[in-house]
Amino acid sequence: MSGQTTSAGGPPFNWRTLWTLALRDLKVVMRSRAVVLPMIIVPLIFVVIIPAVIGAFAPQMAAAGEVEDLASFLEMMPAPMRETFAGYDEAQIMVVVMLEHLFAPMFLIIPLMVAATIAAGSFVGEKERKTLEPLLYTPTTDTELFLGKLLASWVPAFLVGLGAFVLYAVVVNVSTWRVMGGIFFPSAMWVALVLWLAPAAAGVGLGVIILISSKVSTFQDAYQLGALVVIPVLLLVFGQVAGVLYLNVLAVLLMGLLLWLVDAVILWYGIHTFQRSEIIARL
Amino acid sequence: MNTDTRAADDAVIHTESLSRVFDGPSRGQEIVAVDELTLDVHRGEVFGFLGHNGAGKTTTVRLLNGVLAPTTGRMRVLGLDPVEDGAALRRHTGVLTETPSLDEKLSAQENLTIYARLYGVAEASVEGRVRELLGEFGLDTRAKERVGGYSRGMKQRLALARTLLHNPSLIFLDEPTAGLDPVATRGVHDLVQRLSRRGDHTIFLCTHNLMEAQKLCHRVGVMEHGRLVAVGAPDELARELWQGVRLELALDGCDAERVSLPDQARDVVWDEGGQQLSLWLPQREAIPDLVASLVDGGCRVYRVSPQEPTLEDVYFALHEGAAPDNGAGSRVTEGEVTA
Repeated sequence: MSGQTTSAGGPPFNWRTLWTLALRDLKVVMRSRAVVLPMIIVPLIFVVIIPAVIGAFAPQMAAAGEVEDLASFLEMMPAPMRETFAGYDEAQIMVVVMLEHLFAPMFLIIPLMVAATIAAGSFVGEKERKTLEPLLYTPTTDTELFLGKLLASWVPAFLVGLGAFVLYAVVVNVSTWRVMGGIFFPSAMWVALVLWLAPAAAGVGLGVIILISSKVSTFQDAYQLGALVVIPVLLLVFGQVAGVLYLNVLAVLLMGLLLWLVDAVILWYGIHTFQRSEIIARL
Repeated sequence: MNTDTRAADDAVIHTESLSRVFDGPSRGQEIVAVDELTLDVHRGEVFGFLGHNGAGKTTTVRLLNGVLAPTTGRMRVLGLDPVEDGAALRRHTGVLTETPSLDEKLSAQENLTIYARLYGVAEASVEGRVRELLGEFGLDTRAKERVGGYSRGMKQRLALARTLLHNPSLIFLDEPTAGLDPVATRGVHDLVQRLSRRGDHTIFLCTHNLMEAQKLCHRVGVMEHGRLVAVGAPDELARELWQGVRLELALDGCDAERVSLPDQARDVVWDEGGQQLSLWLPQREAIPDLVASLVDGGCRVYRVSPQEPTLEDVYFALHEGAAPDNGAGSRVTEGEVTA
């Protein structure tokens, strides 16, 4: 029975158990088309197709009179943002505005969606598949069960976000090479966004699903309600477009801090409310 | 086998006035799933827990494994308090749930490997233990296939293998043969008997298959609406509930009108040719007098068969509220309660 107990004074969980739980959920969820397809299609659209199209057509868009619109758009932007365009021509400004500034909040959708989709399959889908009861009869603690499920959703969300970021960087730099004349992406803001803000946002997405999972009984219900987590991201996009918000490194770090605090509350709430006796009573 | 008189120290499961109440569908309504359950189950015993669907069997299993908290009452399982020491207790218990509840997108090997780790089997032993059980349950040739493609019997065998991964000393089997074909059912029965013979396993068998309970269990407890209404060895229960004995006799040369039967004989039924007689007597001791009467009446007596009440008779008598005061007409032919 080695490796099962937790040492005195150590964490209230066993790492081997946590990873086993997480890998089990991941294996099951990743073999479901309903889960995997959106996780492939949505990042592909955001990371490959849209940036490739923008990169390819930026010179034509700049030449086709879009520049006046761009100039009036830039007028609305905060001064620090306008300063970052110094030395760029119209086509280059268009590329930087669209692929670096406007796309930044949109990118948050990817880890959010991955976390919410896997969590819906993991928390609610398990009830639907009727596989929860034998799990509750194992010597795992309630904390281990909760953290294992959390890891199963959060780790892939972080990794998919990271992978998408790398792919996005490649696609953006390649597709805009003609316009930009070299590598211009990523900026420090994007690195902070991917490594600090996006994982925190994924945690919030998880929290929403955890809250929803106690109210719904099917994966589809959880998944559809989980889509609500995208609303704050859309607000960020609109804020950015309207010039109300400017995502720089400091803003990203502060927003990340706020979301990590929300995550901490969710974690605390989850550990204190996730009780197998409550779960089994509802089976 | 009478185990009622064993010392309480020998009890693997000990409950005192254990109750669990759930909120009902209407406001203020309560559902008593388990009601004042007091029970001892002893080491090495196969204990049958009988009852209709909804009688409280599954809730009891959940309580005894510490996955559900009792509303009131006390219990000790393997010397531990399931409420306080649930995780420690579950390292030594194995539960076969009512449905196999397997991860159908995973293979049999993956299912067992994951649960071996969750049950704390040492990493160095996981692969060997999984291979051993896959072989023992006849699943080794299809171990890498997804479980979703398995038959009901194969799934049940895999679920049983999962239950035994960590070699638990206390095994709960919740309706282990429900929905299985006769061959698969026999396999499960053989397994229970094999484990029972080893002597180091205690088996708590929830079932509504009475023939199964009679075949496998040393003692049974009968639940009704959450209450334990009887507990004991099947034959002891029968003796407590039934007075007298019902007899079937094979005869020849009898003239029913000439035979003088004992006064206390009841429910006398002769067949038309006088070759079969069925009746009830209040005591077994009256059988020799009956035979003497028949011989005096010119009968040749070829066979006298006392009809012992079965567990089915006991069960239905308990569920009907009272045992019949005689055996005649009380037999029920269904092998399984379907309510």
